[in-house]
Amino acid sequence: MPDPAPLFDHQAITQRIERLANLIRENHPDGNLALVGIHSRGVPLAERLYALLKPHFPDLELGRVDISLYRDDLGNLATIPKLIGSDIPFDLDDKNVILCDEVTYTGRTTRAAIEELLDYGRPAKVEIAAFIDRDGREFPIHAAYIGEHLDILPHQRVQVRFTEVDGEDAVYIQDHDIRRPS
Amino acid sequence: MTPRKDLLDIQSLTDEEIEFVLSNAVPFKNLFKRSVKKVPTLRGRTVLTLFYEPSTRTLSSFEVAASRLSADVINFSVSTSSVVKGESVLDTISTLEAMRTDYVVVRHSTSGIPNLIAKNTTASVINAGDGFHAHPTQALLDAFTLREVFGDNLSNKRIAFVGDIQHSRVARSTNLLCRRLGMKTAMLAPSSLIPRNHPPEVDIFNDWTSLHAWNPDVIYLLRVQSERQNVPFFPSLGEYHKIYGLTDERLKPIRDRGLYVMHPGPVNRGVELTDNVMSYERSLINQQVENGIAVRMSVLHWLRPGSLE
Repeated sequence: MPDPAPLFDHQAITQRIERLANLIRENHPDGNLALVGIHSRGVPLAERLYALLKPHFPDLELGRVDISLYRDDLGNLATIPKLIGSDIPFDLDDKNVILCDEVTYTGRTTRAAIEELLDYGRPAKVEIAAFIDRDGREFPIHAAYIGEHLDILPHQRVQVRFTEVDGEDAVYIQDHDIRRPS
Repeated sequence: MTPRKDLLDIQSLTDEEIEFVLSNAVPFKNLFKRSVKKVPTLRGRTVLTLFYEPSTRTLSSFEVAASRLSADVINFSVSTSSVVKGESVLDTISTLEAMRTDYVVVRHSTSGIPNLIAKNTTASVINAGDGFHAHPTQALLDAFTLREVFGDNLSNKRIAFVGDIQHSRVARSTNLLCRRLGMKTAMLAPSSLIPRNHPPEVDIFNDWTSLHAWNPDVIYLLRVQSERQNVPFFPSLGEYHKIYGLTDERLKPIRDRGLYVMHPGPVNRGVELTDNVMSYERSLINQQVENGIAVRMSVLHWLRPGSLE
């Protein structure tokens, strides 16, 4: 059960997504951008960034990836995932792609998403936008755009909830023993 | 969805499992539009095809499906193996077990052989056709094709199987699955080729006129399996074609009514259908072939090799 007191509410989440959009704009004045959300909560993050960035970048593209077929732990799973499927309805070649995910943690999900992207085409550059970045990398993955870094303990779990998927905008930590971000 | 070790028939599948395999096949089919049609899901796994009967499309369909999941595919060619020296099926399986095969796709002329193999190997066994018994992946790909055409709710649709139903494991499995999905089914064939133990709820016809009166949405043609007919079931192939084949004359009302035509292949041109039927605009025959790969990918993705059951 999620903690009833969220770490971030709707307003705090909106502010951080706006900041992510501003950082992306500053780093990519020439555009040629594509936002790709990692299913499932990376997708609403990508959609919100798309809404903020599209007025500035008319050629901005939007897609999503379902990394279920690229996971490296399928044989260990107790249940087999129902596939949503990926949808990248544009040519990835030579695009600056920003992969969007709600949390970057071990780096395994991001690795799978990059591997899948490369099966669609050859992007000029791939960067990562993470709403929450937390310690615990198992792969050398670096998020270029971070909404918030949380310094939390390994046994703690971050749950980012977006209205589009969960019916509310909120971030929860499974126990309260955390150093809250400044 | 909980993984399962083997796929041996349609009967043992739950409604939820059927829905899972069919719905997961959709994103697998979407992969075919990409330049790289391959995903790493089964990297490092081995799929062995063990066909004791000749096959072109089912064998190659499984090979393509396994390859697109990045599995290594080994074709165990029975005609050049120790089977011709008298090696038993279980001895063959024992050898394959030692090779640590993950999946075995088996076709055999004797009903029940895939079940026997499944009980004696930790590999996942997929029945690719056994005797007159079952051909579950064909049924699943047929259902997937029907849902592409008519949408997910098939409950008001009617499908008529025409041809050698007696010797057809396809008719058995596909008929069963169509009924599970709520379709009404019928059979048209010479009386000698209608199974005596056909399900009582299936409507039986002996001529095209009465079948048309039944108002089908789909005509599912079945191959006349001369190789399985050790006694004559009808006077001649020419006479069969004349009475039961889908001729140019019989195609006209099918075209006028907007009916779809399916066939599991291989086709005997000039027996169960004419060349014109092959180019008929509502023929789903090539769509069935393409969908076969997506559905078999979905099945391989779902099954899990494991311990003996």
